[in-house]
Amino acid sequence: MNLRRDVFQAIADPTRRAILLLVASQSLTAGAIAANFDSARPTVSKHLAILTECELLEQEYNGREVYYHVNPKKMKELSDFIEAFRKLWDDRFNKLESVMKKYKPKK
Amino acid sequence: MERKTKIVADEGKQELVITREFDLPVELLFKAYEEPELIEQWMGTKVLKLENKKHGSYQFETTDPKGNKYGFNGTIHEFSSNKKITRTFEFENTPFGVQLEVMKFEELTDTTSKLTIHTVFESVAQRDQMLQMPFAQGLNMAHNRLQEIVNKLK
Repeated sequence: MNLRRDVFQAIADPTRRAILLLVASQSLTAGAIAANFDSARPTVSKHLAILTECELLEQEYNGREVYYHVNPKKMKELSDFIEAFRKLWDDRFNKLESVMKKYKPKK
Repeated sequence: MERKTKIVADEGKQELVITREFDLPVELLFKAYEEPELIEQWMGTKVLKLENKKHGSYQFETTDPKGNKYGFNGTIHEFSSNKKITRTFEFENTPFGVQLEVMKFEELTDTTSKLTIHTVFESVAQRDQMLQMPFAQGLNMAHNRLQEIVNKLK
């Protein structure tokens, strides 16, 4: 499996998470995104390439400019993975509750 | 009454907070974490060792349907009946590292209570990996089920 295409690998990096937050509210060009970071422009470009490759970001051509925006469908997959974790604990706690409701203290 | 488990995992932080309200008096909720036989029932794990006191330690072992064994262990730093347990947690032979868990047990009414588990990981990456695990397992299970169906069609 190509790790670079892995969504989870993509969001493991704090700069990439910051980029996602930045473009969540508006489409931005690579230059406008880079202006928000201290990192060198090629570093930001590399992050954008990874995020685009794993489909978290989508490119939109407007004349000569390329705008980046978040792909809501892919972002939904990310929230689903937290949901899987939540469901695991919810099931576990439901079990705890039913076990304890039947519990009779030993005399 | 609907009780729902909540997860707070802020971006870029190496911590995780799980909260849940129970339709149980706080004493019974705490007991579920205190008595080995009860832990075995609701967590579906074997309790090899559990010393509920400061400097005490615990060791659990879970076996999956295929017979693979998974070990968990940790040290107890604080054990206050019906109030709080502070302990470390390690899922052995995994890249998740050792976590610090602070569990608070609160009485809401005579018959209801609330549990808050605050877990601190060594790094953000480890926390994110732990969060992804059930999702990844779900994908694997879905894939295996699909494989079974496909095999039957052959």
